[in-house]
Amino acid sequence: MARFEETGPRLPVTESIRVDKVRPSSRLFGKLRAALVLILSLILLIPVYVMISTSIKVYNDVVAVPPKITFQPTLQGFVFLLTERAVLTKAQLEELTKNPGELDLPGQVALEAGQQVTGPSDFAFNLKNSLIIAGASTVLSVILGLFAAYAFSRFDVPGKNDLLFFILSTRMLPAVVVTIPLFLMYRALDLHDTYLGMIMLYTVFNLSFSVWLLKGFIDEIPREYEEAALVDGYSRLQAFFKVVLPQAVTGIAATTVFCLIFAWNEYAFALMLTSENARTAPPSIATMLGRGVVEWQAIAAGSVLFLIPVVIITFALRKYLLRGVTFGAIRQ
Amino acid sequence: MATIELKQVAKKFGDFYAVEPMDMTINDGEFVVLLGPSGCGKTTTLRMISGLETVTSGNILLGGRDVTWRNPSDRDIAFVFQLFALYPHMTARQNIAFPLQAEGASKQVINQRVAEVVELLEIENLLDQRPGGLSGGDRQRVALARALVRRPAAFLMDEPLGALDADFRETMRGEIKRLHIAQHATTVYVTHDQIEAMAMGDKIVVMSNAVIQQIGSPAEVYYDPSNLFVARFIGSPGMNLLTGHYANHKVSFSGLAQYEAPPEWNDALQGALGNEGDVIIGFRPESAHISPEGVLPGEVYAVDIHGSYSVLHVKLASNIEDFDIVHIRADRRITYPIGTQVKFDLDPAMVRFFNPSSEAAI
Repeated sequence: MARFEETGPRLPVTESIRVDKVRPSSRLFGKLRAALVLILSLILLIPVYVMISTSIKVYNDVVAVPPKITFQPTLQGFVFLLTERAVLTKAQLEELTKNPGELDLPGQVALEAGQQVTGPSDFAFNLKNSLIIAGASTVLSVILGLFAAYAFSRFDVPGKNDLLFFILSTRMLPAVVVTIPLFLMYRALDLHDTYLGMIMLYTVFNLSFSVWLLKGFIDEIPREYEEAALVDGYSRLQAFFKVVLPQAVTGIAATTVFCLIFAWNEYAFALMLTSENARTAPPSIATMLGRGVVEWQAIAAGSVLFLIPVVIITFALRKYLLRGVTFGAIRQ
Repeated sequence: MATIELKQVAKKFGDFYAVEPMDMTINDGEFVVLLGPSGCGKTTTLRMISGLETVTSGNILLGGRDVTWRNPSDRDIAFVFQLFALYPHMTARQNIAFPLQAEGASKQVINQRVAEVVELLEIENLLDQRPGGLSGGDRQRVALARALVRRPAAFLMDEPLGALDADFRETMRGEIKRLHIAQHATTVYVTHDQIEAMAMGDKIVVMSNAVIQQIGSPAEVYYDPSNLFVARFIGSPGMNLLTGHYANHKVSFSGLAQYEAPPEWNDALQGALGNEGDVIIGFRPESAHISPEGVLPGEVYAVDIHGSYSVLHVKLASNIEDFDIVHIRADRRITYPIGTQVKFDLDPAMVRFFNPSSEAAI
């Protein structure tokens, strides 16, 4: 009997530690950390601030030294970005200034700079091209990548490791290196300056990335789920859609964002392989530098418009992204 | 419900046999346990029956129908996985209904069948939860419900209790056995836990090294192991095995003691060895009795208290280098300090003999 009592709990548990009652020093550390994160993000956001503020300044304010902190916001940048204009002679200017009410809003903005709107610029068209090319290639590379990744993850593909390495090797040299050969090939195949050519190029380029990334995610999904679906009476394809896909959402979202950002931002290929019909936004913004006076406010406005779609999509998928980029670290 | 027949079924991975050609028949309504150490091929066998693994050669018949090359979905079987494999993005109810949706059953039928199994397993309160929020035992109940709801021809279970806590395992063991009795469903159950196998199986198939070692009832594999592997593997501790020599109706234990071979030993030995030969003597811990008049002497080496009884590790007073330790079940009320000299006798009816070269039972 005595032995038994010895092994019982010696002291009753009378107190517990609440998680919010932590030591003051560690609370201070937490605050310091938050402050540091805040400062860092402010520093990182400075270029974004400069870009947005530049896009709503008039030219004189943009080039002012020292930079103006307070200024009169204007739409000049956006109007210059989206229109073609002609410089007015003095006589024309005086005539138009008498009754500005007849002009539409872009016209009025242009008039303040002594210019007249002659027609729309290509930028809206280029932005549309970017949307089509980046969107289509992202969808394609994620769908193709998903099937390839599933096959690599689940089946005994002959020469699997060699194939995977081969797929990755397409990423092993900088894009610029292959642009000239590609340019010649595309010219010969009539793919130069076409949607199809650009979509194909970006799809193939992103595929290596999406296959590898998605394979990692699918490897993490236990096979038992599909096997359960198989014995429950579903075909392999049904099991893929009903069981694997819902669990791969995180990976698909993360891959989509990364592919989209690449295709959206791509510059070197687009500059070389497109001219008019399929020119995307990045080279079109850059070519604005070449026309006489550098209209910084227009370039900044172009960059702002260019950023918006990616920001929206990344923001919409951010909860998947946060889990996505740390995949492998957390189980379930 | 159906009979499962395996005819010369084998599985090779590369040059290596995961399962050597085997024959096995599982009768309608039988609860068969595939038992063996990890890597012995028992799970591969189960997966071949389910169709999740293709066979290298041989045929599998389910209810007389050759299903060797059929997809798992065409075999009308249910599989319970060790880690349950409940679909994490569905609620328990959706999980249970999932196999019925594959058949294209109407909503009414689905609701009714789900309600039936839910009542059988008493899991009404879990239905709207996702698997992630359920305890191990509740997950297993939902997994069983998902298997039962289809009323398949056979149930295949791959260590379904392996991931549960020890105390819960016992409860679920009872529940699965109860379900089997209620449904009278053909069941193939894989485990490496012999207690589970003994408690649940109508028939136990002992496997090792990709080969079936013995098929028999729990009592048969325990009392009449067909070879040394089964003798060692079944029972905890396993059968005691001593090398002896048989000559002139007498068995001598490594120069230790001589035993006048009782008549029930004699016939078997005479038949297998002739007049003389080496033999391995096997006996269960409970078949040896400590007594002052015992013929075999030894020294207590260690004592395990099991509660209702004790197991003595007795080092035989052998003059040979490789000393043997035997396990003997002893009365819990008598204490045997380490080092005590004891003597014991064997119950002749409970002794088994093995051929040292073939390792098979005589």
